[in-house]
Amino acid sequence: MPLELIAEAVANGLLAGAAYALVALGLTLVYGVLHIVNFAHGALLSVAMFAAWGLHAAFGLDPYTAILPLAVAFFGFGYALQRWVIGPASHGDDGNTLLVTLGLSIVIENALLALFRSDTRTLGGDAGFDVVEIGPMLLSRPRLIGFGVALVTAALLWALLALTDTGRAIRAVAKEKLGAQLCGIDPRHVYAVTFGLGCACLAVAACLLLPTFYVNPRVGNAFVLVAFTIVVLGGMGSIPGALVGGLFVGLVESLGGLLLGESLGQLGIFLIFILVLLLRPTGLFGARA
Amino acid sequence: MNPREVLPGLVLLAVIAVLPLVASNVVLNFLLSSLIVALAAQGWNLLGGYAGQLSFGHAAFFGTGAYATAVLQIRYGVNAWVGLAVGIALGAAVGWVIGALSFRARLRGSYFALVTLAFAEVLRILANAADFTGGASGLLIRLSPGVENLQFASRAAFLWLLASAVAAVLLLTAWIAHHRFGAHLVAVRENEDAARALGVDVLRTKLRAIALSGGVTAAAGCLYAQNFLYLDANIAYGTWISIEVLIACVLGGTGTVLGPVVGALALHGVGELAKLALGRVAGPVPGVDLVVFGALLILAVAFLPRGMMAGLQRLTRGLAR
Repeated sequence: MPLELIAEAVANGLLAGAAYALVALGLTLVYGVLHIVNFAHGALLSVAMFAAWGLHAAFGLDPYTAILPLAVAFFGFGYALQRWVIGPASHGDDGNTLLVTLGLSIVIENALLALFRSDTRTLGGDAGFDVVEIGPMLLSRPRLIGFGVALVTAALLWALLALTDTGRAIRAVAKEKLGAQLCGIDPRHVYAVTFGLGCACLAVAACLLLPTFYVNPRVGNAFVLVAFTIVVLGGMGSIPGALVGGLFVGLVESLGGLLLGESLGQLGIFLIFILVLLLRPTGLFGARA
Repeated sequence: MNPREVLPGLVLLAVIAVLPLVASNVVLNFLLSSLIVALAAQGWNLLGGYAGQLSFGHAAFFGTGAYATAVLQIRYGVNAWVGLAVGIALGAAVGWVIGALSFRARLRGSYFALVTLAFAEVLRILANAADFTGGASGLLIRLSPGVENLQFASRAAFLWLLASAVAAVLLLTAWIAHHRFGAHLVAVRENEDAARALGVDVLRTKLRAIALSGGVTAAAGCLYAQNFLYLDANIAYGTWISIEVLIACVLGGTGTVLGPVVGALALHGVGELAKLALGRVAGPVPGVDLVVFGALLILAVAFLPRGMMAGLQRLTRGLAR
């Protein structure tokens, strides 16, 4: 096999992995603080992609311009969802939260199906085929931009958690909820902020994915199990874990597709997932047993 | 066994069994699909309700039962009743294997839910790709009505068979609930460490629960295959069944004898009504019943944390006063 082909597969895998990492980042953040797996994550990604697509279709808004407003809107949406729906409905029980987010994902996915039917939509145009030549490789420009923005987003998220008061409050609640409460932090507010941040990550991911990907009501599902795999691989709740895990899974998928064919690539993800859960449920970067 | 616990259920099933004499085919089809889900949900309840291990992947057992019955008949000419028995055994075996892997790795809560989901998906992808399962085009069981083939010309006869299966599991569940094994299950659910301290073999209890649960849900899969005579990977191992059995149990009341049956009937009833009501207004809209299912799950968790059965009990007690 020519070396350029492998190099290109590696580069493309890393670029795709950045988008995965962004989806996983939201999931891992919510898990790290709320200690629950957000089953609605994939469905919320579908909503974000439909929103980005709708902004383009209705107002001709470029997905990259839409990143900031959509991220802000999704932060608010996620905040409201956790504060007034998921939180109160689950009575503070982890099993209940799991069930409520599962219920939400069913509602959202099928409401999208009822509204938009199962048609697949794209942005149209040829933005998806825009390539950049780097050495011997031809790389997709939207994916390169996506890679850069994903890294910037991860860095911003890290800075928010490490340097701001809000970040300190989030980390305090994640570590010791009761103690944080005694210091005057309202955990319900912090939970909602965290959930909002997770949704904002999804909005960014949606805008970055849109130029090279399609939209339909089940599109989020394609990412959510991959995202679960990444989160489990990187360690639930770990931000560097999500980044490295995302890039790794993108790489595995790309190289696996090159060497074994596309159909088995899907199986590989699930097998990695099960094996990691069974053999090392704390993941590569996870701290807690 | 407390007769007050099973009597309402048996009466309910008896009423359902008499319905074919008066009801239309539409109603019978509704009852057939509801009871198949009810049976599968009774299986989920043993693991998720009594033992407290939430599974998001019961399709793994349902599909195994369905494929076992279908493949044995089509490829090997095995009798359908034997297929049913093998299907139940295989369902239990798959349960035991999944349990042995994940309980030994000490997975619980979110992790257990995720790993069961992944196992079901792996089986779905494999069944969709393999040759002996008919691949993506699925399997068609040859139509040959007759009791010996576990096929019935009339819907009523199949309904009676289903109702007796549900009744049998109802009695089994009630028996378990009042015996040592049931107490062990509840102990594991409420506090694993305390259960272990009291001498309960936690791993063995969970393994028995998941094997039993897998067997019952596999039986539902077998009967599904015999009723519809068609299968493909997205039906047999599809997420729909994992989700419906879970919602039916949560809605009816997890860890109660009657919960899954009442929940499945209520869930399907509301789903059909929603489809009918919206269908009148806007024509057929895909996914409406599922929106209702999801909403019911959220509402049940929020407002009926112990399910409809507890709600009904509160109501009747209030009326009696």
